[in-house]
Formats: sequence, structure tokens, C-alpha cells
Amino acid sequence: MCGIIGFIDRTKSRMDGSSIKAALSLMNERGSGDGAGYAAYGIYPDYADYYALHVFFDNMAESKTKVDELLQQWGKIVHQEEIPTTPQPGIKKVHTPWRYFFKPSEDLMAGRMASENDVVTYIVMEVNANVKGATIFSSGKNMGVFKASGWPEDVANFYMIENYKGYIWLAHNRYPTNSPGWWGGAHPFNLLNWSVVHNGEITSYGTNQRYVEGYGYKCTALTDTEVVAYLFDLLGRQHELSHEMVVRALAPPFWDDIDRMPAKEANLNKAIRLTYGSALMNGPFAIVVGTDDGIVGFTDRIKLRPS
Amino acid sequence: MTLGSVPPKFKVSIDRDQCMDCGRCIENCSYGVYRREGDKILIESRKCTACLRCVAMCPRDAITLTEKPVDYRSHPVWTREVREDIINQARSGKIILSGMGNARDLPIIYDRLLLDACQVTNPSIDPLREPMELRTYIGKKPSRLKFRKTESGDVELETKLAPNLKLDTPIMIGHMSFGAISLNSQLSMAKAAAERGTYMGTGEGGLHKALYPYQDHMIVQVASGRFGVNIDYLERGAAIEIKIGQGAKPGIGGHLPGEKVNEEVSRTRMIPLGSDAISPAPHHDIYSIEDLVQLIRSLKEATEWRKPVFVKIAAVHNVSSIAAGIARSSADAVVIDGFRGGTGAAPKVFRDHVGIPIEAAISSVDQKLRDQGVRNEISIIASGGIRSSADLAKSIALGADAVYIGTAALVSLGCRVCGNCYRNLCPWGIATQRPDLVSRLDPEQGAVQVSNLIKGWTLELSELMGAAGINSIESLRGNRDRLRGYMLDEGMLEILDVLPAGA
Repeated sequence: MCGIIGFIDRTKSRMDGSSIKAALSLMNERGSGDGAGYAAYGIYPDYADYYALHVFFDNMAESKTKVDELLQQWGKIVHQEEIPTTPQPGIKKVHTPWRYFFKPSEDLMAGRMASENDVVTYIVMEVNANVKGATIFSSGKNMGVFKASGWPEDVANFYMIENYKGYIWLAHNRYPTNSPGWWGGAHPFNLLNWSVVHNGEITSYGTNQRYVEGYGYKCTALTDTEVVAYLFDLLGRQHELSHEMVVRALAPPFWDDIDRMPAKEANLNKAIRLTYGSALMNGPFAIVVGTDDGIVGFTDRIKLRPS
Repeated sequence: MTLGSVPPKFKVSIDRDQCMDCGRCIENCSYGVYRREGDKILIESRKCTACLRCVAMCPRDAITLTEKPVDYRSHPVWTREVREDIINQARSGKIILSGMGNARDLPIIYDRLLLDACQVTNPSIDPLREPMELRTYIGKKPSRLKFRKTESGDVELETKLAPNLKLDTPIMIGHMSFGAISLNSQLSMAKAAAERGTYMGTGEGGLHKALYPYQDHMIVQVASGRFGVNIDYLERGAAIEIKIGQGAKPGIGGHLPGEKVNEEVSRTRMIPLGSDAISPAPHHDIYSIEDLVQLIRSLKEATEWRKPVFVKIAAVHNVSSIAAGIARSSADAVVIDGFRGGTGAAPKVFRDHVGIPIEAAISSVDQKLRDQGVRNEISIIASGGIRSSADLAKSIALGADAVYIGTAALVSLGCRVCGNCYRNLCPWGIATQRPDLVSRLDPEQGAVQVSNLIKGWTLELSELMGAAGINSIESLRGNRDRLRGYMLDEGMLEILDVLPAGA
């Protein structure tokens, strides 16, 4: 099940979160009240050059101290605060949502961490895998994810998302089967400026996970969608493939279709399947991915979703 | 004779009421169990190997074969096998020879791995109604692609692909040489491989002229004896395989007894008639990984870099590091042969005690290659004890690209796994060069049987994948999330990187 929505204002004019809240609330029958979330791009113009790190803390003592230390070691925190929330009867506040605006130090960028994106990716993986009681669930610039366990309206009201204005909005209403109750398991899943909402289940998860983990990503969210964000980051950012080529790798044409293509096109598609076979996603899915410059929607190869 | 004889292994009897006295048992038994005296067929059970040729050919089902008609006092440590090996060696002072694969009663990991299927949250896929892709490419793949934009704005691929073998099913037939097995066996398998869109290995026995029509589906082997190797041979193969070792006898060379070296074998191998063909334990030009790299490059140069080169190693303790070394060479695939791999002849102590199980080897090799970022540099072909489509599916889920089958293909030709391959007496016409026995195997019919086996397993693999909600073999490969261990210890689960059943 699950319900997903994504839209973009092509003029990059920003709209507040009230419309997407209303839209997502129409799909309540697709969820179970166990998770909902929103991603919005363009919401932090005052900190546009800084990474907005959204973190769930289980406690503000040990967990937060460790994250603070790690961030200070790798760069500078220019601002931090608790993400404003309003109590909702339907939401039990099991985590404290927090945000940092962060800039990695240039003099530490070397080797495998040659860019600020590499450093931030490393920090996200390190915290999520090794800092108990802390989860970085959003790490892009001038964008943010807001999510929790609860019904869509409750989550929207909890974060007061009508106070944010973005030019891209994604939203997700969850019917979990994997890890209900945990806020980190709600969608959207994010890394840097990639945000993913997903309806379905990825039967190739084990293959995809082994593939991305070979490149330093760590799957810690206990649910399959997370790996899609890392696949986009690996292929789209590190390997510099266009969005179209990334989708072609994740949901490629069938061999029968490739065999019928003109030689040049067939060769290109064959190369993608040979090179990125481990990135191919199987099972039923409809996915919307948010990026800086647009949204990408795609489905599984035999259209088992959307349903 | 202070030792006397050991008890016969089998007792053969004929139901005289059923027997029609046709004499087919006498004709068919190449081991000399049956003979006619007067109007009676006499039986010498001691010569029986349980090849079951007589049982299969008896038109009246009159023959009964019983295992261990006389047994020793039972003892958990001093088993019958241990006692007889000692008696035999006391008599001969020799290394004990054996055929086929590891015969020890060790737990089989495949049997303790369980596959997954979909229920509710993801739909299973019906291979009868939806495409199911098993196509597999064996060879080097780039680890990333580069594109460029042409002046007209089209996107063009910049990365060049290395030559890969295209398989319609991830089942290949492993290397069994002409000499070890008959030409009719090789012909049967070669025809089947061509029909099923896959490949078979020549073994180290050269390539007989009769196989030239199928050469595009044959992988030619270069082993330590270099039998049959010349430029013509290399150029005929679809790929070249360097055999360093094999699972049945890691660390030692090959031995083809002189009885099996008839004129055809001698010509194909380029060795004297009737001489034992002994391949040395190491290649005498490979004493390090650097030497192997040079040989791979020489073979590639000789064939103008048009053919993939495989390297076959036995699964030994540090198989993953060796494979990682091979991945850094120009080799296109590494074949890992597990300790259950079969053979025509091997010292029993090697067959039964040296090497590790293929399941653990696939797992650790795949992991090591990923850890070192070289998994795309090389394909993994698993072999040694693949008995069914379930073993095949589990091998791929652990991380193999394809498998080689050996014994299974021979069984599809009639082999009953009696394990006397080294005696040149195979009554099924498989592991023999005796013309009267070889002629029992019709290559046309044999090809149908081997082809049916591959077809059957391929259909079963499609069904297993569909049930798991997977429509492309890439998504099964290395998908250990879809395996669960049952009654495997914690250490083994960790090596396999598989959760226990229920988790």
C-alpha cells in the first residue's frame, strides 16, 4: 500500500505546505497511521549554502554530544535548534527532532572524501550506523524532510509544515510492514539532496544493499527504500550519470527490447545492464525522487505499481 | 595370504523365476560379474560396482542388488571404510585411488539454506505470463560508465566493453576431458550446450575434430600438462580457461591412465599412444601470481584480446585472497571448484579431505571482491557438487554469476555414480575409451537428455525467481537477503552473511 505524491513549481516559486497536507490526507485509506512524511526544497533560503542536517535524538545527553563532536571535528555548525513542533494527540514524541546548519571544512577534504558532499555522506553513515540514539534523516542544502509515526495531517500539524515554503514537495503516507513505529522508517528517505518516496517493496534489496555497501554506504533504516537514495547518490552523483541514465540502470528495458534496438542504442543499454546489474531494482514499486532541479518518477519494469 | 579378502560390497542375485535367460546382463556388465556356464548364468558379486547397468537393461526386472551383504562389527570410529583402506594399503603400499567427488558424510550447506517466496506485500511473478530474464554475461564489466554528448546532442557511450560470453541460462557444463570421458559423451554435452545457448569445457584433453561444429560453445582449457594446446586450439574456443587446480584434488596434478589413451585420445592430446598422461601439480611456468598474470596476458595476446580468459582454482582456505589477486589481472572470470567437485581419478585422501565447501567459498570470494571494489572486474563461476536447480539458485543468491555442472550432466547421460571412472570399464559408455562400450552412448540421444536436464533446471530457476518476485537474474545474484540458514552454526551464518530461519 502506501500513498505517494510529488509536485514541483517549474518557475521555482515557492508554495507553503498546506496544499500537500490536504492532498496527502485524501489518501488515508492507503496508510495505517504508522508513518507519514514530507520533503520540501527551497525552505531554508537564509542558509542555502549550508547542509541542513535533520536529526532524531533519543536523548539530548549522550547521543547529541557525540553528534556535536563529530560535526565540530569535520566542520562548522553555524546554527542549530530543535525543529519547532506542536503536540498532537495522535503523535507520541519518542524522538526530539533537531536541525543543524553545517559546513564541512575544506582543509579536511582529501582522498575518498574529496568534496563536501563526500564528507556529509560519511557523517550521515557514521552517525546512523554507530551513534546510538541518533539518526540523521535529512542532509541536503536548502531542503528538509519532516516525518514521524502518525497520520498525514497529524504529522503535518506536528511540524507545522504550512510554515515552510518550497518549490518541490514530496509526501508519503505509510502502511508499514517492515518497521512500524520507528520514525526513521517513515518516508521520505533522504541523502544530500536526494529524497525518495516509495510505494511497494524491493525484492532485489539484498543485491542492491550489497552493491551500495561496497561503496561505503550503510543501510541502517531497517527498510528497503533507503537503498534507493544511496543508489541515486552513487550513480547520479559519484558516477555522474544523468537522471535518465540512473532510471535506465534501476529499471532497465528487457533484453528482448534491447535486442530489437538499433545497434548503438542496444550497445548502450547492454553496457548499462552489464555495469549496473546489481543496481537493478526488482519487485513492485512506484517511486518519486526529489533532486535539486526537479523530480523523477519511475515504476518497476512490469508495472506492478502503482496500485 | 595373511590378510585374506575383504567382504564384497554388493550382493547380486537373479530371481530365477523371472529370468528369461536372455543374457543381456552378461553382455552389459563390463566388470565381469556375470558369465554363462552351461545353461546357467553365474554371478560373481565381488566384481560388482553397483553401476546398475544390468538392472537397467534386464527386461524382466529379475536382478536384485543389495549393499553390504556382509558387514563388519559396527564401530563408530573404525568404520568399514577405514578398516578396508588399511587392509588394501597393507597389501599394496600404494595411494588409494578414487573417482567422482567427496564421499564423506559431511553436512551439505546447500541443504541447510532455504529460499524465499512472496506473500501479499509483494506479488510473485508468473513466468508463464511475464518475462523472466536469465541471460547472463560472463566476463569483465566496467565498474562505472562514461557518456559523452555528440554535436547533435545525442548521448553516446564512451566506455568500451570487454568481450563477454552470453549465456541464455546460468548453467554451464564443466571441464571433463576427452580421455577421461568418451567422445560420445563430449559430443552429447556439446550439442546440448549449443542448443541451450550455453557453454561446455573441453577439459585438458584437447579438442577433437568432431567437436569443431560446436566450438563456439566450447571453453578450451590450458592445464599444467598443456595437452592438446596450440594456437589452433586456442582460436577455436569461445573462451580459454587456465586450470590451476580442481576441487576433487587441490594441489596435485591430473592422471589419465594409459589404458584410456587410445589412438584418438593420443592424437587429440598430442601424447604417445598408451602412455599415462600425467599433468604436473603446478604449472611449470607459474610459481607466483605474477607468473599467472603473464600467462593470462600471453593467451590474450595470442588470441588478440578477443576471448575471455578464465582461471579455475580449487576452493582452498584462502580462496578469497587468491580470487582477489586473479581479479586484478586481465582474467575475465574465476572458476571456484568446491571440495565436492568430481573427477575421473584422484587420490582418495585428497578427494575426501582437502579443500572447503563451495557455498562458503562463493560467499567469501564475493565478499572479498566487493570489499576491494573489484567485483565487476571478474565473474564468479561456482562448481563442485551442484546437484539441482535449488543448489543453482542458492549459489547465485550467495554471489555466483553462473555454475558449472559435471557429475549432474554425466548422470543425465546414464552415469549411476559408481565411482570407477578411472578403470576404463564404464558400462554406460561415459568414462571409457573402449569402442564397444563407447558405442552404447548415442550422442544424439545423449544430447537430448543433457539438454532436457538444463531445460528443466532453467524452468525451475525461473519459477523460483518468480515466486521470489524477481524477474531478472541480476536481482538474485548476491541477494543473500532471500536466503535463510537452517541448523547452521553462528560462524557459518556469519561467513555466508545469511540470517537464521525466522529472523
